[in-house]
Amino acid sequence: MSALLEAQDLHASYGGPAILKGISFTVGEGGITTVLGANGAGKTTLLRAICGMCHRRGRVRFAGQAIENKATEDVVRLGVAHVPDGRGTFLHLTTEENLRLGAYTRHRDKTGIAHDLERVFGYFPKLKERRKQQAGTLSGGEQQMLAISRGLMLRPKLMLLDEPSFGLAPLIVQDIFRIMRAINIQDKVSILLVEQNAELALDLADTAYLMETGQVVLSGPAEQIRSDPSVRKAYLGY
Amino acid sequence: MDALLHQVFAGLASGGIYASLALALVMIHNATNHINFAQGEMAMFSTYIAWSLINIGVPYWAAFVATIVISFFAAAAIERILIRPVEKAPVLTVVSVFIGLLLILNSVAGWIYTYTIKSFTSPFPSEPPFGNKFVSSHELGAIAIALFVLVAMYLFFRVTPLGLAMRAAAENPASSRLVGIRVGWMLALGWGFAGAIGAIAGMMIAPLVYLDPNMMAGIMLYAFAGALLGGIDNPWGAVIGGFLMGVLENVVGALIGTELKLTVALVLIIIVLLLRPNGLWGHKVVSRV
Ligand SMILES: Nc1ncnc2c1ncn2[C@@H]1O[C@H](COP(=O)(O)OP(=O)(O)OP(=O)(O)O)[C@@H](O)[C@H]1O
Ligand SMILES: [Mg+2]
Repeated sequence: MSALLEAQDLHASYGGPAILKGISFTVGEGGITTVLGANGAGKTTLLRAICGMCHRRGRVRFAGQAIENKATEDVVRLGVAHVPDGRGTFLHLTTEENLRLGAYTRHRDKTGIAHDLERVFGYFPKLKERRKQQAGTLSGGEQQMLAISRGLMLRPKLMLLDEPSFGLAPLIVQDIFRIMRAINIQDKVSILLVEQNAELALDLADTAYLMETGQVVLSGPAEQIRSDPSVRKAYLGY
Repeated sequence: MDALLHQVFAGLASGGIYASLALALVMIHNATNHINFAQGEMAMFSTYIAWSLINIGVPYWAAFVATIVISFFAAAAIERILIRPVEKAPVLTVVSVFIGLLLILNSVAGWIYTYTIKSFTSPFPSEPPFGNKFVSSHELGAIAIALFVLVAMYLFFRVTPLGLAMRAAAENPASSRLVGIRVGWMLALGWGFAGAIGAIAGMMIAPLVYLDPNMMAGIMLYAFAGALLGGIDNPWGAVIGGFLMGVLENVVGALIGTELKLTVALVLIIIVLLLRPNGLWGHKVVSRV
């Protein structure tokens, strides 16, 4: 599998102390990579560093292009959909407007957008029911579905997902993970997934990284990480 | 009764202008959380540009359109050059920049055009339409143009992808960047619209109040009042507030006398704001500072 995204010696900060202290990782073309780590390890910062939402230093290549100096909008326009921590919903806009914004970079493509709307409604029928409803009134689970769908509307090559399971009931989490797999296989979207739910994330991913205080402490094929004794103890609870 | 009706029409005419300016204030406020204190002076300066164009022989409507276009780009440039650098600065810094802009525009206009008042032509006939005695052609024309501007802005924000992107950028800049919106340009565009709307308002009010560098001071008081009355975060509220101010001003003026009309109108607004601090139709309770 060739690398779609590749970071080397990536440092990041918010203007103060270094949060990422030289991290290297790859996401394979068509693959799913997961990043695990305790609270405050720097997982969210890692995703932000990729799309220019914090200060960064190091090398990041996406689809053969250097992106470490690109502005957020420009990284997005290359086909990177970031489903952020906290979901980033446009609370005062309707569900449909949120989705249309996801396709903003190709807003002249009316038929393509109509087609994609139906496609995400196929994944998440709930959103179709809520189409004209103000997004701020959606439940947490629905807003997570909306955030993923908004990302899909970009027709991305790569999706960055920040704890999509956060605060959701187990059944909904399973649903969302099932759909992430479908997105990966059917829509051929590569995925970089940050998760606290190590069990599910390691099931889904082919490659995994374990982070502690801004550094990668363990990496390898997901299967191998899953059977690592320290990971089992700290993250899987058995 | 006839006199009252006449006042109502006159009120709707100036109210349309207040409503347009109030909308311009709300647009910038929603995008940046700042009140553009220089809005009125920008409109005044635009009106002088129109006056200059007409003065060198450009036909009225050509001058009208050219002024709108020039004002659009000038306002967008002001955002990029003057406002952008203080985007993240403390509120007082930003307010100082606005006040500075106000003073600069005012004194440059005075320097170029002097402080003597000038008459400004109306594009509408001087006889009242259909020989009626309630409303002049200019008033009716100003009302029509204000309504046209308001409806056009409404459709722009509701129907077009760019309008949607501007609303998104105002609500959530971080998420907007994540869908590829160039938030900085959206702000400049918002300023451009505010400048263009101000230009139209200035050209519509100038035939009534005459043209001088201080012509917008009183007008902006009513526009601010209208925006606060309706709700500074709600475009609809601000527009209705602007119209209300116009009618209130004229009716109160007719009933009590013109010396007290501003006072009475402002007292009424203070009462409303004491009862409803966010305005009649405002919704945000917290203010981001
Ligand atoms: N906007 C910010 N400004 C300053 N410091 C920040 C900011 N965001 C995060 N940090 C700091 O960066 C460190 C890493 O935070 P980050 O959000 O990346 O961790 P995380 O691994 O995503 O944690 P969690 O699992 O709780 O989401 C923390 O110490 C945090 O305090
Ligand atoms: Mg996080």
